[in-house]
Amino acid sequence: MKTSMKLFALAAFALISVSAFAQEGEPWIHDPSNIMECDGKYYTFGTGGGGLISEDGWNWYGGAVRPGGGAAPDALKIGDRYLIAYSATGGGLGGGHAGRVLTMWNKTLDPNSPDFAYTEAIEVAHSELDEDCDAIDAGLFLDPTTGRLWCTYGTYFGFIRVVELDPKTGAKVGDAKDPNIAIDCEATTMIYRNGWYYLLGTHGTCCDGVNSTYNIVVGRSRSVTGPFLDNMGRDMVAGGGKMVIGCADRQFGAGHFGLYNEDEGVQKFSFHWEADLDRSGRSVLAIRPLVWVNDWPVAGEPFEAGTYEVSSVRRGYALELAVDFIRQNIARAGGWGRSAEPQPIVVHPNQTLEEVEGGWPTGEIPARIGDWMNRPHQRWTFTVVPEAGGYVGGQYYKIQIEGTDRTLTATDDLDVTVLPEYTGADAQLWRIEQATDGNYRIMPKSTPGYVLASVADSTPSLLKWDAESDNCKWIFRKK
Amino acid sequence: MKHLFRTLILVATLAAAASFSADAKKKTDLVEQYPGLAPYFSTPTEEVMRPDDRGFIRRWILLEPIGKPNRGNTVFVDSYVRQNLDTGWNKGDFQVPADGDKVTMEVEYQKPVELTAGRPRSFEPAPIEMKKVKLAWHALDSKLFNVKIFRFATATETGRYGIICRAVTVIDVPEDMENVRLAVGSNSASMWWVDGEEALILSGDRRMVMDDGVSKRLTLKKGRHVITGAVINGPGMSDFCVRLVDEKGNPVMNYNILNK
Repeated sequence: MKTSMKLFALAAFALISVSAFAQEGEPWIHDPSNIMECDGKYYTFGTGGGGLISEDGWNWYGGAVRPGGGAAPDALKIGDRYLIAYSATGGGLGGGHAGRVLTMWNKTLDPNSPDFAYTEAIEVAHSELDEDCDAIDAGLFLDPTTGRLWCTYGTYFGFIRVVELDPKTGAKVGDAKDPNIAIDCEATTMIYRNGWYYLLGTHGTCCDGVNSTYNIVVGRSRSVTGPFLDNMGRDMVAGGGKMVIGCADRQFGAGHFGLYNEDEGVQKFSFHWEADLDRSGRSVLAIRPLVWVNDWPVAGEPFEAGTYEVSSVRRGYALELAVDFIRQNIARAGGWGRSAEPQPIVVHPNQTLEEVEGGWPTGEIPARIGDWMNRPHQRWTFTVVPEAGGYVGGQYYKIQIEGTDRTLTATDDLDVTVLPEYTGADAQLWRIEQATDGNYRIMPKSTPGYVLASVADSTPSLLKWDAESDNCKWIFRKK
Repeated sequence: MKHLFRTLILVATLAAAASFSADAKKKTDLVEQYPGLAPYFSTPTEEVMRPDDRGFIRRWILLEPIGKPNRGNTVFVDSYVRQNLDTGWNKGDFQVPADGDKVTMEVEYQKPVELTAGRPRSFEPAPIEMKKVKLAWHALDSKLFNVKIFRFATATETGRYGIICRAVTVIDVPEDMENVRLAVGSNSASMWWVDGEEALILSGDRRMVMDDGVSKRLTLKKGRHVITGAVINGPGMSDFCVRLVDEKGNPVMNYNILNK
């Protein structure tokens, strides 16, 4: 019995760990491309051919189709078509390094669609057998400021280069020599923000399971062609790079950055863990929030289930049940305790739910925002609801006053309240997403696009998401 | 003891220098023999060399790579690096080698991967054998801030993967320098010494990153100092970059670089 209990506990722990940190399903992949959305489904392609498909962005299974094999492909939607870049080389370790980068188009990524057909692949870059570059690991980038299309390529074997492509054909533009922009990276790609071009690449040891030291680094430049400098001013051609993500507690070897723009002010990035201890040490798809600090990209932390103080960015007050504030009866020491005589120190407990719950109404109670005092009516427990599915990089949570069934609920008239029970309705399922400024948005499944907001310092409601407004953002402090 | 060591080094250096200039015929002029080296190296001239504009040392004497087959770089943990790189080769009666000097040693040898249309015929590694070889030192100036061991190894046809490369240079400091550090980046692991004293070790599967690691603060007395290093690599493009930096991490520029 004890053994089975232990096994159950272990399994439960594993489930919690998996649920909290990794994509569900069978997310086995290495070098995932940018995540593409196509007709309501999500796709990513990996090394060796094929890739993953997801209905909701959280549960991933095999089934994506990409011909050509090779290493570290990338994908980008341009207009109403999808451009896929992939590459192959001579064999890597000790082998040849004559690589080729190819591009091809498809109208859809759904292999079951009658429109699903790849165009013939065309070569856009190559490396000779003995060149200071191995033309593999393509990364596609459409410059939002110019509309010009670029492809970075190269690996641990010498230089990383960038080639301009025609966004209509996917072919190389002109015959200029591709400039060197970094050295000894893998799976590079470029992104743009606030006047900066960011080159992201992977350093460290690849393909060594739980011992892989793979890590994603970044440098930035005012120009697509560099120089890309890290935070210390080191050029990525001299090996520079500021780390974005390396490893987690039970996942190791982060590689192949791919940007996913969720919404204004909400970005995520995909990558793979070389090994996940919770999943037989296999290489798995991972998705994290992308946070920006001083114009540098930083990996956000996955949101964990637990009990939190939920404070508004607007004022700093905390989300709470609108119930009577119950005073704690702890006598105040005279003179604020400045007695000349030594006094024994007494440790007092926090107010408990049992002390105050009896005075709360049994039915619906409005939500409110008030001074954080770490009282029972302010402590919210976030619990994953696995059966509710998910979204890109996250799962839905129910939000309840700790130790009770009182559940935060969105109303049909775009307000919030707290109902005495959890029913599993979409109005009681919330997605928690870290914004690019590090704060969080809390969005009910029932009204996508609307988020929990402070419409006054003390009044919560639902508002349309506004990335520029502190009304729409929250800070979590785990208890 | 340190003074005695420096004296020995000085004597050895002078002896080697005499040998170098007296026997110019020994010069190998590797760049002339292997034009493929020209983008990366040039044959040193008699002109005094200074650190480049970022302080990197570009004048080196390199020993033809010592075979040490490894199909991956993950074995380069500290103890492995010490065992294989810190063999005493640059201690005791070590003399700064002259271009063309040869060293006879027994090394590990593994037949290179045979390629067909750029792809390995087999991923099954060939057996490792012991082989007695005569390896030559080559005086070279690097055209790049990073010394491309991979290209050097390719030219000398001593095997470009699975190797150990030894490097030596001499710096002539015009006045006492305090609180300077030797800054190194290497692909892959490496060890470095100043006047025979260990300065730093870079273990693990490393990519060349400028200023990846630095030594403790050093005091370099006016005069000549010998910097030696050894880099080990499995697959990939082996290289290294070395410079001296000051307390703020800025490059130290005011010294000459010699190869004798």
